[in-house]
Amino acid sequence: MTLDATDRQIIAATQAGLPLVSEPYAQVAAELGLSEEVVCDRLRTMQASGVIRRIAVAPNHYKLGMTANGMSVWDVADERVAELGQKVGNLDGVTHCYERPRALPDWPYNLFAMLHGSSREDVEAQRAHVAAILGDACRGHDILYSTRILKKTGLRLRSRKG
Amino acid sequence: MTPDETDRRILNYLQEGFPIAPHPYRMVAEELGLTEEDLLSRITAMKEARVITRFGPFFDAAAMGGAFCLCAIAVPEERFEEVMTKVNAHPEVAHNYERTHRLNMWFVLATETPDAIARTAEAIERETGLTVLCFPKLQEFFIGFRVAA
Repeated sequence: MTLDATDRQIIAATQAGLPLVSEPYAQVAAELGLSEEVVCDRLRTMQASGVIRRIAVAPNHYKLGMTANGMSVWDVADERVAELGQKVGNLDGVTHCYERPRALPDWPYNLFAMLHGSSREDVEAQRAHVAAILGDACRGHDILYSTRILKKTGLRLRSRKG
Repeated sequence: MTPDETDRRILNYLQEGFPIAPHPYRMVAEELGLTEEDLLSRITAMKEARVITRFGPFFDAAAMGGAFCLCAIAVPEERFEEVMTKVNAHPEVAHNYERTHRLNMWFVLATETPDAIARTAEAIERETGLTVLCFPKLQEFFIGFRVAA
């Protein structure tokens, strides 16, 4: 969908989070000089089109004791990756799951699943779950633990004219 | 703060989604058997304690016209700091992690246009003399980003 100036205003006003008040959409609307109905309609349209992936909480994994994480990577038969990737994505503790291109000969893996747990043993147990789901469709796998955060600025989209 | 059982129920529930309606907190509170006031004060407390990183709409940057790409470089150990400095100097590099693999530097490029991904990757290759492998997502398996709280 094409976003217009009003959509972009609503995005800018809610990017940092929704107000924690009884009528959050009415508050956003008041800040922008719009009606609550318009704000809600626009949000629903953006959600239906995928511009908004979801309205939800992002918990801090570390504060919940999920201090271990590993990027597990799998070489899965191309014809089965769609079906199996969805199953892997449904496991609790998997926070991202993507099919990505291989980079042969350096990199034979085409399925990436970020695993989270309270310890490295936890993450390894999850890795065993994933391996069981993939079965003989998987020809090889590895896991990459992060040893250092070198940079983390998050996404900054510059504002654009609608 | 340490989230109690009720806080954890709230976190699990709100990872799934949130209504777009005039009184959304009241609706969620009713589902969870709480008062709206209790729900709001617990979310506020968890946000202040940074148990909640963010609460609100999550926008798809690609749908908004941006582009993302996961990239990796095999950096010789003795050049690690130098290469890191060169890579991180690009504002397009949003995250960068050192990882346990021969490909030991993994970063995400976030740009406003798809062609800026290739341009940035090429610039990093020129500056470092190292190959940048690009792993754009071909397919995303939806997971709702759940972590059992």
